[in-house]
Amino acid sequence: MEQVLQAIPFDQLLIQTINGIVTGMILALVASGLTLIFGIMDVVNFAHGELFMLGAYIGVLIMATTGNFWIALVAATLLVALLGAVIHLTTLRPLLGRDPLTTILATFGISLVLQNYALWQFGPVARKIQEPFTGHFKLFYLEYPWYRLVIAGLSAAIITALWLFLKFGTYGIWIRATTQDRVMAQAMGIPVPWVLTAVFAIGAGMAAASGVLFGPLVGVNHTMGLDWVLKAFIVVVVGGMGNLGGSILAAIFISLLESYASLWVSPAQAVIVSFVVLILTLLFRPTGLFVPTPK
Amino acid sequence: MTTAVMGHSRQTSSLDPLLKVEDIHTYYGKSHTLHGVSLEVGRGEVVGLLGRNGVGKSTTLKAIAGLVPPSAGRILFEGRAITGLAAHRLARLGIGYVPEDRRIFRLLSVTENLRTGLDRYGVTAARKKQLLDKVHVYFPVLAERRNQAGGTLSGGEQQMLAIARAMMLEPKIILLDEPTEGLMPRMVSQIREIIGVLKQEGVAVLLVEQNVPLTLDASQRIYIIEKGVVRHHAPAAELRADDAVIHQYLGV
Amino acid sequence: MRTRQPLFYWMGFAIILVLLIVAPLVLPEFWRRFLTEILIWGLLAMSSDLLIGYTGLVSFGHSAFFGLGMYGAAAALLTMRPPSLWLAIVYGLVAAALVAGFVAYFSTRLRDIYFAITTLIFSQIFYVVIFTWTEVTGGENGLTFSRPALAIPGLFSVPFTTETLHWFVLAVVTLSYLALRRITQSPFGMVLQSIRENEARTRAIGYPIERYKMVAVMLSGLFAGLAGVLYAVQNRFAAPDFVFFLVSGEVVIFNVIGGIGTLVGPIVGAAFYLLLREGLSRFLTEYYLIPVGLMFIAMVIFMPQGLLGFARRWLNR
Repeated sequence: MEQVLQAIPFDQLLIQTINGIVTGMILALVASGLTLIFGIMDVVNFAHGELFMLGAYIGVLIMATTGNFWIALVAATLLVALLGAVIHLTTLRPLLGRDPLTTILATFGISLVLQNYALWQFGPVARKIQEPFTGHFKLFYLEYPWYRLVIAGLSAAIITALWLFLKFGTYGIWIRATTQDRVMAQAMGIPVPWVLTAVFAIGAGMAAASGVLFGPLVGVNHTMGLDWVLKAFIVVVVGGMGNLGGSILAAIFISLLESYASLWVSPAQAVIVSFVVLILTLLFRPTGLFVPTPK
Repeated sequence: MTTAVMGHSRQTSSLDPLLKVEDIHTYYGKSHTLHGVSLEVGRGEVVGLLGRNGVGKSTTLKAIAGLVPPSAGRILFEGRAITGLAAHRLARLGIGYVPEDRRIFRLLSVTENLRTGLDRYGVTAARKKQLLDKVHVYFPVLAERRNQAGGTLSGGEQQMLAIARAMMLEPKIILLDEPTEGLMPRMVSQIREIIGVLKQEGVAVLLVEQNVPLTLDASQRIYIIEKGVVRHHAPAAELRADDAVIHQYLGV
Repeated sequence: MRTRQPLFYWMGFAIILVLLIVAPLVLPEFWRRFLTEILIWGLLAMSSDLLIGYTGLVSFGHSAFFGLGMYGAAAALLTMRPPSLWLAIVYGLVAAALVAGFVAYFSTRLRDIYFAITTLIFSQIFYVVIFTWTEVTGGENGLTFSRPALAIPGLFSVPFTTETLHWFVLAVVTLSYLALRRITQSPFGMVLQSIRENEARTRAIGYPIERYKMVAVMLSGLFAGLAGVLYAVQNRFAAPDFVFFLVSGEVVIFNVIGGIGTLVGPIVGAAFYLLLREGLSRFLTEYYLIPVGLMFIAMVIFMPQGLLGFARRWLNR
């Protein structure tokens, strides 16, 4: 073991750590939307990855017209949030009160439609989003791009903003009350169906934001949602379904492990790490790795 | 009490009862739970609903609160038909609901629990403060614990919170489901006091209870339910004088 | 599920069976193979119905069972000389059973909603393993092999023709259908349905529902693996694409379109979907999934009983 550790230069370790945190923060952003939606309405949103993907594509389009990354970020977030609201109103509201099976099926259908719509509109060739600024700083002998740190910071900022809104915001109480007890929330005059739509929209917006932020790091194409939705689901299960803090920790934890793993194996194989973590979690702490085991 | 009234009356004369339940039927899956319940509550009146376990008392309240839609029959509130309206709209119309086992929001603080009722459209900040202050006066223990999470309160405190929370809606009627259940005997008098406070504020109360003496004392009229139907209806005074009927139906 | 009058039912069954037997003799080559493929996907969809329609568990793991059945058969056909049909079936079933057992163990520990996610994730785990373990599985390119002969060792050996393969597949699928029907109508099947209707109550009565679920998943996996073997025999290749979770998704679509909980419905759903895809792809190439997806969503909302359920209701007027 010692020899293995010594064989890895410290600087590579540090770089992978930062990489892990950066990817982890984006994953956390995607996963928190998913967990928020699940926590409040028990809906497993299979279309979440596609909302991420559409956010990235809208980012591409808006950047092409305005040339401004930040406008693209905000616009994509708002547009996809609106799309999320429409999706919820048309397909998920009618299913309120029905068998939970049906929402899984419905969101799966939505993901298929969105994926193929993107394929139809944008074609199979990957697009690229330009980074809003280039520029690196010296990290040992490597040039580490500033942009990556900014992504991590922005993701953290968005998640923090969400947390603050939930804790102190005017409608944050409505959302938290509805998550805890939907029936009593209604009895208190909270318009629960609208709260659900709003939360779905917020989750969708967050996914879109992650898509735009992540865009410059990889190519934007119609299947990018698939990998992310899978990772996000793993994160949500490992973090404890419906547990916001848990998903964030799990996202960073898993990303870090994967980054370290990619020092030895190819990235395609590094994903196995997340699978192993999932299996171990299901074996020993099925309610969530970072959730205290219920007595 | 099935009166064949077509349409709904827009005039609410003082003779109209605040709440009128006409022959409602409900189902839970395939089982027929309410077989035609009819009752009335006047403005500011305290009305008791007695009956053994499982006869449909809670279901009646839930139907009125909009949580269990009746499959037949009508419910009128202030002369308006409200059958089938969503629960959150009924709450805003002025129907407060305090369920069995309280169901306060355990992870929200006391103040946040109260705010779920306060944060309504059309309530000024000043009025909100007024209402909060009033609650703190009536329920000093809630003022003490205002930042504590609801789940950390004792049973009696949670009951008070549940009632206070409903009061934040400034309701015209509060549906109280077994407020003394699971509470220590000395809390019963506190509940009695709270019902008195509600009456004082002009809020009508429809009280479902297993505790007969409390109900007899607090209510002006009493309905007795058995097997999903109202079997007896009398002024409380009458029943206080002769409670044979109660023994007959409740076997107490 | 309502039991139809037995006579009417068996008559219908016989008629359809006869039609399917005669079909390859009158259809052109392409449609002959197409029909066989419909049957294979239909078997896969039926296996999934055991979980969705009867136990109330939405599984996205069927691609793994199907795929492992395929690869298991491939293993038998590549390693044994001469390639034996029956060995392929055995290998395929064993592989599928192992995978199903593995998946069942983990996914039945959690609540119903989590089941969908965990089966999906496990599907992907197998996909990644198969995709990256190139030395054994051929990685991205999969494995190719030759079709075994229809043989009973010592008696005869006859290479398959399109017709005989079709009849073989038809036989297997029909037997599987009858077996699944038997299972769903047995006491075991009744417990599964009770789990679907009210899990908490079934548990309260005293049934060890985790065990029932695990058995259901394994049975389902076995039939799905069988479908995989048939597919491998028909097409002579095994590829990781079939293990990707989207294939499971397609299977779920067959189920919903055809009507969950009917066993026959999913086969109808598979036929409908495949025919639609064939038709639409002449006009819309790869984007056929958009209208299909929209239709799927509409059916989930408005026609949850599927085509068959809808037809049944219409017939009962």
